Amino acid sequence: MTDEVSFLLNGAPVRVSDQPATRTLLDWLREDRGLTGTKEGCNEGDCGACTVIVTDADGSKAVNGCIQFLPHLHGKAVRTVEGISGPGGEMHPVQAAMVDHHGSQCGFCTPGFIASMAAAHTNGDTAFDDVLAGNLCRCTGYAPIIRAAEAAAAHPVPDWMQTDRDAVAALQTARMPIAPQTADTLAAWYADNPDATLIAGATDVGLWVTKALRDLAPMAFLNQCADLQGIEDTPGGLRLGAMVTFTDLLPVMAERHPSFAELLRRFASVQVRNAATIGGNIANGSPIGDSPPALIALDAQLHLRKGDARRTIPLEAFFLDYGKQDRAPGEFVEAITIPDQPDRLRCYKLSKRFDQDISAICGCLSVTVEGGTVTAARLAYGGMAGIPKRATHVEAALVGQPWTEASVRAAMAAYSQDFTPLSDMRASAAYRLETAANMLLRYFHEDQGVAANVLEVNP
Amino acid sequence: MSVHKPLPHDAARLHVTGQARYVDDIPVPGNCLHLAFGLSEIAHGRITSMDLSAVRTAPGVVTVIAGTDLDPVPDCSPSAHDEPLLSDGTVHYLGMPLFLVAATSHLAARKAARLAQVTYEEWQPILTIDDALAADSRFEDGPRIYEKGDVEAALARADHVIDGRIEIGGQEHFYLEGQAALALPQEGGDMVVHVSSQHPTEIQHKVADALARPMHAVRVEVRRMGGGFGGKESQGNHLAIACALVADRTGRPAKMRYDRDDDMMITGKRHDFRIDYRAGVDADGRLTGVDFVQMTRCGWAMDLSLPVADRAMLHADNAYHLPAARITSHRLRTHTQSATAFRGFGGPQGLLGIERVMDHVAHTLGLDPLAVRRANYYADAKVEKGGGPSAPPHTPESITTKKTAGAGHRISSGTGTATRFAGAHSPEAVEAGPQTTPYHMEVRDFILNGMTEALAERCHYAARRAAIAEWNGRQPVLKRGIAMTPVKFGISFTLTHLNQAGALVHVYQDGSIHMNHGGTEMGQGLFQKVAQVAASRFGVAPEMVRITATDTGKVPNTSATAASSGSDLNGMAVKAACDTIRDRIAALLAEEHQADPAEIRFAEGHVHVGAEAIPFAKAVARAYQARISLSATGFYKTPDIEWDRIAGRGRPFFYFAQGAACSEVVIDTLTGENRILRTDILHDCGASLNPALDIGQIEGGFVQGAGWLTTEELVWDDRGRLRTHAPSTYKIPACSDRPDVFNVALWDAPNPADTIYRSKAVGEPPLMLGVSVFSALAEAVAACGPHYPDLQAPATAEAVLAAVKRARG
Repeated sequence: MTDEVSFLLNGAPVRVSDQPATRTLLDWLREDRGLTGTKEGCNEGDCGACTVIVTDADGSKAVNGCIQFLPHLHGKAVRTVEGISGPGGEMHPVQAAMVDHHGSQCGFCTPGFIASMAAAHTNGDTAFDDVLAGNLCRCTGYAPIIRAAEAAAAHPVPDWMQTDRDAVAALQTARMPIAPQTADTLAAWYADNPDATLIAGATDVGLWVTKALRDLAPMAFLNQCADLQGIEDTPGGLRLGAMVTFTDLLPVMAERHPSFAELLRRFASVQVRNAATIGGNIANGSPIGDSPPALIALDAQLHLRKGDARRTIPLEAFFLDYGKQDRAPGEFVEAITIPDQPDRLRCYKLSKRFDQDISAICGCLSVTVEGGTVTAARLAYGGMAGIPKRATHVEAALVGQPWTEASVRAAMAAYSQDFTPLSDMRASAAYRLETAANMLLRYFHEDQGVAANVLEVNP
Repeated sequence: MSVHKPLPHDAARLHVTGQARYVDDIPVPGNCLHLAFGLSEIAHGRITSMDLSAVRTAPGVVTVIAGTDLDPVPDCSPSAHDEPLLSDGTVHYLGMPLFLVAATSHLAARKAARLAQVTYEEWQPILTIDDALAADSRFEDGPRIYEKGDVEAALARADHVIDGRIEIGGQEHFYLEGQAALALPQEGGDMVVHVSSQHPTEIQHKVADALARPMHAVRVEVRRMGGGFGGKESQGNHLAIACALVADRTGRPAKMRYDRDDDMMITGKRHDFRIDYRAGVDADGRLTGVDFVQMTRCGWAMDLSLPVADRAMLHADNAYHLPAARITSHRLRTHTQSATAFRGFGGPQGLLGIERVMDHVAHTLGLDPLAVRRANYYADAKVEKGGGPSAPPHTPESITTKKTAGAGHRISSGTGTATRFAGAHSPEAVEAGPQTTPYHMEVRDFILNGMTEALAERCHYAARRAAIAEWNGRQPVLKRGIAMTPVKFGISFTLTHLNQAGALVHVYQDGSIHMNHGGTEMGQGLFQKVAQVAASRFGVAPEMVRITATDTGKVPNTSATAASSGSDLNGMAVKAACDTIRDRIAALLAEEHQADPAEIRFAEGHVHVGAEAIPFAKAVARAYQARISLSATGFYKTPDIEWDRIAGRGRPFFYFAQGAACSEVVIDTLTGENRILRTDILHDCGASLNPALDIGQIEGGFVQGAGWLTTEELVWDDRGRLRTHAPSTYKIPACSDRPDVFNVALWDAPNPADTIYRSKAVGEPPLMLGVSVFSALAEAVAACGPHYPDLQAPATAEAVLAAVKRARG
């Protein structure tokens, strides 16, 4: 049984104290509250049918209810499709537009679309392809949904959609022992409980519960640790707290490393980026997480902490082998620092679908050229080995060479010394090796101003 | 009249507010049980032991049923009685249900189902087409062959003979609502079943069979599905039977819904195909004859594979008049999920075969693929002098809006009302003898010559093709391609007796109307279209018509809502029922007013008798007082069809629905990444019952078809385990995958066949418009080098890159 969780549900305060800490918001809404408007489509955060709006002091965000645990909502406001209509039953502008523009057919994905659209409407976000990348529809082909979103954008935000932020500030909440308030508390507790599961955004851990059906206890929720959520300029570079979400990171990277920001635009979906954290993406050690290759190419430094002991290592040194990281029991990722540097980074994500897909290969390349000669190269890849890994032989083949297509093609031969990738349902080994090398050629072409990105072609 | 109006979906308001109820949303009594299957971990073999003790003692578990506990094991098959609910000891595919858990919650049932200890004796599985051919593992005694003319002679006299092979992947339905059923036990052993199914009568039949009761003891209700696409024609049987079985044994309500991964592991998908072809062609690109060999993996059970494979054969000609043709079809039995119905029902695979031939011929002869296609089209139906399409020509709106660079949003074809072309573009038919299909059906209603011409003009096909060639010449990395492909799809169930439908209509004393029919609503807007028919028959506003859940207790012995037939069949049945009541009212009023019943009109909410206009409700009240029955059934059967599926001869289809699409794509020759830049569609819905809903079917069908041929890849490993069993690994199109510019217009000409208000079926045909994307990708790849690129489907980035390399040689 969990501690008491307090939040607002469609404007009304609720206190929940008789639920397992890993009870999902979706199951609780549907099974305990009878709010069946929010749907289960996949139970893993990939289809968006379970989307709800969660509001805190930072504003309103769409999240996947199927992989949000109840303690994630502590002190926040949840609004489901039932609460997106007005108190008198009046339709929200996105609801009315979806009717007018024939945006629903079978209707099952519709409540999730409504939640994503209403969150974006509240925030004035009109990049609808990005806003809705995490909502799958199998009936409409999306065209009428986009027409509806565009039409609704002209209407003001209804009053009832503007109350949650103030109401959250006034919400009385008790402390939840399962969710430490500071990194110090967390560090002390985790050092004493090194077998525990640390839960950040739960966009991966959520699946341990909903798909692997695991029991996670003991566990700690990190979402109350405000001191893990900072982004600050330091002499060593940009320091990101482990609990910084990808939504928070994206605009910061847009200024420093736009190609990283573009990678983050394609990183999962709005709903996932609103919950997922940079620390979680690193700590879970996946060979196909999308942030490590970019961070390694930027020579990011990882700050680890156990109790009061802290150490800093290059991020690439953290990944030892498949499923094995340089992390002692009771030690956790506290922050990461990206050194200030001229932007030479290009990130190439290769997946079956452009949006909301796990990379088959993610190549993040940074090549420094001075006076026509390559002086440094950091070529980091996900999906090519059991860990995110640099192509060191290729880097060595490039450095000192003139920055020409001939040098690039010569260096491409070295990829087979760096990688022996696997074949799986995302790509064959041969395709991975070939395209990993071709990414270097693409980098060269783009550096020379040659069009090499299908996403930048206009009809 | 409410037909032909672009009214919203009847449940649109309920959808957007979250009030629309699906099976899992129905409130259930607190003692409801929740079910889950335990699944096999091998593809082929025998269970040597199954220890379920940990399952039985898991928290919340109420009962556990293994196949060996049941005698007989209930059958779930829609065709051949070859699908036991649970394994009887033999395992036929990885994911096959072995046992059933009933627990107090969905999660408890799922957790318990993982606790079984099962040991197997593993046998060599037959997984691939090659495996099955080698083992002669098949349904039916041998291949089916349809033949017209002397193919070998036709190939012998051709100027060129091309041959090749295309592998065509399957497709997961990915209905957003997974399979679900709920059984509520009643007094006296009766059972009420709510189920997400396209085929309530079959659910009723299979549940009755499982419970050893007559069909009258089982009532099945379907209000709506969260998507079907064919995947709920037979695949819901297992859940409904399991729920009924548990409800019958325990006396408690029982509900089952598959978790998404279970759904994808257990249920059948679109059949994958391999098609080998040899085609003879003259110097102008006209085919002299084609020899197709179609091989398909049917999976472990027969299900609907025979009619699916038949329909693939029946669409091997698509829009082309083949002077000689032979189509050989192998229906192969493999140890994989039992492939099932999926929008198009084999038609898309058969059609892709001939479209592939067209592209291959064009490449070989150095011709524009569209010119080759048009040279081989059937002749257009002759338009009657002074007659022709009844609708006046409309000027199409300006429908092309370019995406603002970087803005991340696209605008397309207007507001949901149809942009219409006039059917009068159709040229005079070429005077020639009757043209027949490879199955010897005369084609009399072909209109694609005119449609293709109109679409090519509207989308500037020729100019864009030239501009693309020029652009490709300048680009070292990226290449574009453009292609226009047609669809001619046969409408009717090929199992002729299924082409029937029933309806039940009540008019209440206040003039409100309660309508029911055998069709099911899965998002396609069938209920609204049929309600528009009913409202039109009575001349009232559509709000007067209440649409009610499909219910085997109201309309019996129905066919599946499938084969695009929903509106055609049920619209006619409802019309018949409405007309019966209308005629009774008219007869009464005629007698009372000394008028001719034929002169009485029902329109604008009134019944018009001579100069007098009686409000509909008043007329109804009068009829009630005069003791006139205001309830009627309606029935319809499609006329003029007869078909011998063994001989491959007859008229299996009442008419053909047609359409054409032009797509432009761009590929990256370094990675094979690709996307659709623009698509223009002109589609034939006859005189559309509801242009907004029809355009919705076209847009959605196109994107689904494009997904099938691009990103949607099913991967099984060498043990027969489906590796793409969740949306994390199986990628249906997302929002940004639709074309940047997406123009859809209706070819507005009434159906020459006597269908409901001269409309045409629309459910399946638009899916095949997605073939234009595949052909456009092939064109883009062909721009990379002189060799034939031999693109395979689905054209994932990896498949495109492989083709680029073949093109370069």
